[in-house]
Amino acid sequence: MSDVTQKAPKRSLFAPDARTQKRNRAEKRFQYYGMAAVGVGIFALIVLLTSILGSGLSSFRQTYISFPVDLLAERIDPEGNRNPAEMAAVTTFGYMPLLAMSFQAHLEAEGIEHEMGARELAAMLSDDAPAQIRDRVLANPDLVGTTIDVQILVGGRIDGFFKGRVTMASAERDRNVSPAQLVLAQVLADRGDVVTRFNWDFITAPDASGQRPEAAGLGVAIIGSFYMMLVVLALAPPIGVAASIYLEEFAAKNRFTDLIEVNISNLAAVPSIVFGILGLAVFINFMEFNQSSPLVGGLVLTLMTLPTIIITTRASLRAVPPSIRQAALGLGASRMQSVFHHVLPLAMPGILTGTIIGLAQALGETAPLLLIGMVAFVREYPDLMSTHSNSFPLMGDGATALPVQVYSWTQRADPAFVERASGAIIVLLVFLVVMNAIAILLRRRFERRW
Amino acid sequence: MLSILTAIVVLGGLGFFLGRQRAIASAGGDARILHSLPVYYGTNVALLTVVPAVLVLGVWLIVQPMVIAGAAIDLIPEQGVTQAGSRDLVMSDVRRLADGINTGVERGAFTAAEAASLDTATTDIRAVLADVGVALGTDVEPAILAAAQRSRQMSDTASTWMQVIVLGLAVAGLTYAWLRTNKDLRARNTVERAILGLLITASTLAILTTVGIVLSMVWESANFFQLYRWQDFFFGLEWRPSFEGGSELGLIPLLWGTIYISLIALLVAVPIGLFAAIYMAEYASRRVRSVAKPLIEVLAGIPTIVYGLFALITVGPLLRDYFAAPLGLGTSSSSVMTAGIVMGIMLIPFVSSLSDDIINAVPQSLRDGSYGLGATQSETVKQVVLPAALPGIVGAILLAASRAIGETMIVVLGAGAAARLDLNPFEAMTTVTVKIVGQLTGDTDFSSPEALVAFALGLTLFAITLCLNIFALVIVRKYREQYE
Repeated sequence: MSDVTQKAPKRSLFAPDARTQKRNRAEKRFQYYGMAAVGVGIFALIVLLTSILGSGLSSFRQTYISFPVDLLAERIDPEGNRNPAEMAAVTTFGYMPLLAMSFQAHLEAEGIEHEMGARELAAMLSDDAPAQIRDRVLANPDLVGTTIDVQILVGGRIDGFFKGRVTMASAERDRNVSPAQLVLAQVLADRGDVVTRFNWDFITAPDASGQRPEAAGLGVAIIGSFYMMLVVLALAPPIGVAASIYLEEFAAKNRFTDLIEVNISNLAAVPSIVFGILGLAVFINFMEFNQSSPLVGGLVLTLMTLPTIIITTRASLRAVPPSIRQAALGLGASRMQSVFHHVLPLAMPGILTGTIIGLAQALGETAPLLLIGMVAFVREYPDLMSTHSNSFPLMGDGATALPVQVYSWTQRADPAFVERASGAIIVLLVFLVVMNAIAILLRRRFERRW
Repeated sequence: MLSILTAIVVLGGLGFFLGRQRAIASAGGDARILHSLPVYYGTNVALLTVVPAVLVLGVWLIVQPMVIAGAAIDLIPEQGVTQAGSRDLVMSDVRRLADGINTGVERGAFTAAEAASLDTATTDIRAVLADVGVALGTDVEPAILAAAQRSRQMSDTASTWMQVIVLGLAVAGLTYAWLRTNKDLRARNTVERAILGLLITASTLAILTTVGIVLSMVWESANFFQLYRWQDFFFGLEWRPSFEGGSELGLIPLLWGTIYISLIALLVAVPIGLFAAIYMAEYASRRVRSVAKPLIEVLAGIPTIVYGLFALITVGPLLRDYFAAPLGLGTSSSSVMTAGIVMGIMLIPFVSSLSDDIINAVPQSLRDGSYGLGATQSETVKQVVLPAALPGIVGAILLAASRAIGETMIVVLGAGAAARLDLNPFEAMTTVTVKIVGQLTGDTDFSSPEALVAFALGLTLFAITLCLNIFALVIVRKYREQYE
């Protein structure tokens, strides 16, 4: 004590001593660690989103080439009677040379120089283009024999050239594209024959095979996901709300209800893939539902989202003050009436929020769907009713879902599918943002503080 | 199927109106004399119409295929069964053929009468069905055809009987309930008891799900351990499945990959999550908190497939080009480090929001006492708040660990598929979940140990996460009670 009093006159009371300074520095440092941690979290979010947006946004734009196509009657309608049923006998292979010839003729007519053979020239067009022309002709047989001006998909590599994925240098090393093709593509682009425009097909078209990434779309996957969400929406909220009402309003505290509670909190934390195993063993192997039908997917996702819905519903039931129940009982309502007429409507906003969050979770789930066979290559839009006469809606043949489509695209060899996968994720994220925004709005608008 | 359900529902609706009407009529049009509100009388009749009928329908639909399969299999000679491999395979052939013939009738390949008298000697059934778009795996054998015809015939009869019985039951229920309806019937009590029954059934679904998970995995795992020694599975150091047989299916390398990746994920998530939680709970102003907290929680709402793609296209190549390749540690873009870091990012909000709650639950009086003794804020946090919150934080970390162990898509896309016991974090390794996906996707034969091993892996995964979850929940619950 005495030496402190000796030193004291030399310094102002406001100047901290060395130890205090050290403690204050530690305080500051600690605070910076905290800020840094928050910063790292937000930074990670930003990097994640920019990386997905950066590689995926380009999939919403697609490169097309326009030139007049001669629909030679003798090639595509050998019988000559414009009957679509007979014309269907000409496969897409019959349309391929048609496109190639028209393309070559167009270049000659316009006087565009190139030094490529017919085969190399035709390879610039997408393998999917003949099928599109064929569909158009079959839908409208009057087109046979005329010359139509169409925009035709170019191959994935040429498309990549205009999006910066493919360069002259990389084309040298690539078997699938040659620098000469890129030069010609550039010439055509300068003339305005090659355009890159918004790509609706990416959202509506079905998936395409591994060689034609330029034609792959999300239509089938979106419908599949939609059907599964329908199943989840029809099953999970009623069951979840019923279970929550029982547990929160009627259940006595005993062994049985304790067991249910433990089960629910545990199921909420069980890895999602375990639900996939359950679905495989119970729905497919034991009950023999069709593999990868939307119904099975929906059932698995329902079981998965139930705990989430039950937990949020119970929280919002608990938030309704007991005085509401007492008032209802006092006026002569039965317990059931007090719950269904008074408590439940007041808890509704919270329940809806929980349901939407549960649905959003189900929409993004991938792993359990892989196990019930959703990875198969699906090109047909799933039917609401199966073709089998004696079956249930949505029991039909295979479907796929948005997140599973992302997974299957990442497994393909062509790098253009990485762009597609990121684009699919953007679509998925847009759905999720919309759903969460609705949930937040509902909460803001209707939530009541007691 | 749908038509019966519709019929039952229509009958139920009819019952509702009839019941209500009869109740009001029995009170002479004065609803005040009734024991319950008119709605309850209607609902009472509707419930008695619909519930028994639907229950019987459900049981019938489950039992019918079993009975028919039992009867059809008798027609196939014993040696036919052993030849085709197993009972299940034969039955699936029979079922496919029966379905095929039905579809053939629908699409006009033959009339119903022709279909009933098909003969393998005179018609090439496979070719005929292929014409209408039904593909059969093999040519049709006479015994299979006989079994298929028997099963078609039986299911025809059975569905007629089903319709008669179920609809009869619905009508009987309607009539009985309608006759009993009068003004003194305690309709509300009955209806409310039925609703309570429904509520209880809904809540037991959680138990049923758990039982289903455990049973299905235990059953298939038991099958697996009959084909493969359990000692070799649990203690085997090699994972080398081969579909020609002689696979080595050791759990240890998969478990090592799982634990290694989870460890790295926790090393990323715990410090960041914890410091973020401390900052949010103790330092941040209301405005900063209202922006930063939701932003970090967005990370929890992003589907794991998105993280998987992030690992695949951004983090993996980045780590390979700037760390692994210059340091000479590997050239693989999928690695333990890639999956671990990305999974760590995913886990940040789990750790931070749970810890945030727990830190907020520490009573203010503890902090005030510490400040009163002259401690700075950080000293208070380190020496008073954190020790008090420690059990809860440990619980949060355990929950995060259980998430990490069960995570699938990030490791499927980020960690690689090679099972190895290695310490190099830039080397591709694999996990239990990756192998479950790997062994069960595509066409799998559920009698081979290579497919069944996935169920044993699933059971192991379930057991580990269950222990972690229960342990964590117990800790968190104890801790909450301490300060409440």
